[in-house]
Amino acid sequence: MYKIAVMGDYDSIYGFASVGLTTFPVEEETSTEEAARLLRQTAESGYGIIYMTEHLAARLDREVKKYASQLMPAIILIPGVQGNTGKGVEQVRKSVEQAVGSDILFGGEE
Amino acid sequence: MAATQVTPTRMELTRLKRKLVTAVKGHRLLKDKRDELMRQFLDLVREDMELRVKVEEGIRNANRNFVLAKAGMSEETLRAALMAPRQEVILNQDKKNVMSVDIPVFNYETRTADANDIYSYGFAFTTGDLDGAVKSLADVFPDMLKLAEIEKSCQLMAAEIEKTRRRVNALEHVIIPETQEGIRYITMKLDENERSTQVRLMKVKDMMLQEAHKYKKG
Repeated sequence: MYKIAVMGDYDSIYGFASVGLTTFPVEEETSTEEAARLLRQTAESGYGIIYMTEHLAARLDREVKKYASQLMPAIILIPGVQGNTGKGVEQVRKSVEQAVGSDILFGGEE
Repeated sequence: MAATQVTPTRMELTRLKRKLVTAVKGHRLLKDKRDELMRQFLDLVREDMELRVKVEEGIRNANRNFVLAKAGMSEETLRAALMAPRQEVILNQDKKNVMSVDIPVFNYETRTADANDIYSYGFAFTTGDLDGAVKSLADVFPDMLKLAEIEKSCQLMAAEIEKTRRRVNALEHVIIPETQEGIRYITMKLDENERSTQVRLMKVKDMMLQEAHKYKKG
């Protein structure tokens, strides 16, 4: 039915191919427009989940937001090989803020 | 707040009264919906957070293993080893309706049932580190899938909660007070009209009596 894609720089994602996911390497040199085009293409061609490195998602912020309100595809941020930027957690925090109006869950922790 | 133009007629009054009843009922229903959504959302978000920490930890480990594996062999061998994956994941998506929000439910099947098919290479030219790295990634994968499901649900529910909250607030602070104000205005206007008719009639009666009997009252 649906497939699962992984997007990000090659070093962060090449391993996922072995588990059976389709990998779409997007390197640092790739222009943002090119990356956005690839994301659109992927989203429209039957991928239910797109895992994306936080690094890449930071560049494609606007495109990623567009898919947030749609049922498909789910864009999920994962840490890349450069390490965890905390953007994934940030996204969860954002949705709490959107729903509640203020950050009531994690506000006290930092 | 009577800036809005309401025509003071009986028909308008009935309409406004009916509107108020609907608004109050709708407000109560939406408020209940918001509260229930919020309760489920908060549970889900807590779960999401826990899972995310776990998955990020798992991926970090896997990445570390992959870097080690890469260090132990040539780039070409590594690329060739992972070039033609034997395993493929097929994702089945179902929908679940939670308080009128469609949230996804993911199930997955693998193309082959053999768990060892994640090793898509011969073992002769690759290091053992690569096997470990691939295994560590395969281990974290079910959690990643669960995370996708929960996180997407969170996003969708957050959007719905925001919408519902705005509706509740609009009803509570704008529509309902405005309608009440309108009703008050019309009732007062109608009463006033009635009084003025009464007075006019009395006056006319006086004048007619005076005309008929040349009689002055008082």
